[in-house]
Amino acid sequence: MNMTKTVVRVGIADMNIVHAPDSIRTSGLGSCVGVVLYDEAKKIAGLLHVMLPDSSLGRSDNLNAAKFADTGIYSLMEMLKAEGVRPLSLKAKIAGGSQMFQFGSSDTIRIGPRNVEAVKQELARLSIPIIAEDTGGSSGRTIEFDPTTSTLSIRTVNLGTKEI
Amino acid sequence: MKSDHQITDMHLDVLKEIGNIGAAHAATALSQLLGRKIDMLVPKVSLVSFDEMFDLAGGAERIVAGIYLRIQGDLSGSMFFVLPIDSANEFIRRLIGDETFDFHAVPIPEMGISAMQELGNILSGSYLSALSDFTGLKVHPTVPSLSVDMVGAIVSFGLIEVSHYSDEVIVIDTRIEEEGDDGNSSVDGHFFLLPDPESYITIFRSLGVL
Repeated sequence: MNMTKTVVRVGIADMNIVHAPDSIRTSGLGSCVGVVLYDEAKKIAGLLHVMLPDSSLGRSDNLNAAKFADTGIYSLMEMLKAEGVRPLSLKAKIAGGSQMFQFGSSDTIRIGPRNVEAVKQELARLSIPIIAEDTGGSSGRTIEFDPTTSTLSIRTVNLGTKEI
Repeated sequence: MKSDHQITDMHLDVLKEIGNIGAAHAATALSQLLGRKIDMLVPKVSLVSFDEMFDLAGGAERIVAGIYLRIQGDLSGSMFFVLPIDSANEFIRRLIGDETFDFHAVPIPEMGISAMQELGNILSGSYLSALSDFTGLKVHPTVPSLSVDMVGAIVSFGLIEVSHYSDEVIVIDTRIEEEGDDGNSSVDGHFFLLPDPESYITIFRSLGVL
């Protein structure tokens, strides 16, 4: 059995899924929110890097589902379903949604907290429970989820690394 | 503007010219301030994905001192002045004459934050006044804000606006270099100008290429 661990990287406005023993990671979350959906028993997890709260904000013809909280979480759930995961066995861990700067254009003010609210709303709509979260504040985060142990490790510049 | 709007090489060349003039002014201002010769390289203008934008600044996870400010007036957009921590320390120590200053300190001493913001003021002011003279557009910067954090966390804030329209951004990227005594570059920073998508047309029209 091949036990080599790979770390799958997810970019901004992007998503992917992994099976244990691999883990999945996204770097430099600021106002963006990292959403992990996982099945503890099957040891499968998906990670989404949300940039904007709502797909109705999109003013482009080609919609990138992974950019928005609503379309992104739904699409990630569909990807996991395609792997044989039952939606009812899904759980979530979320991190991010900082306010990096205290000003911006009218659209960007409070974008971090708005992203967090939108993620929670969509998870509630899909009846996916949030098991742990590390959101808000004013620091960037790099997160990595290990489906073997269902732990999400979070690194910040000044606060070191913690696990939730 | 729709995401399928055609940005041609000619448009990017025009933006490069703007960046060039802005960079020359900013380099002069920075050299005078620090009493050393600082070079700003001919800027690169490109249409890049958000992840590629982070790579330009050293990768999403790299820790930098980043100054962020908004441009307002006839044009709107975001500006970033991004320095690796060591380069930022080097600049600020020289500027405030305190060899012990360190951006790794928690909390960061107030004096250094002010100095870094002032650096952002001077750079953006000289850059934008050149841009203004060249295009005839009235533009002014907001008060700069400083964050010492990961590139992805800092720069993504300036991508929120454009992300409503597209998954790509036009970036005018100016590299800042200072030649050390050993001939190697001792400072390696970036100055990014990200016009908001609504402003692309304003810029091109002001220069008669649309």
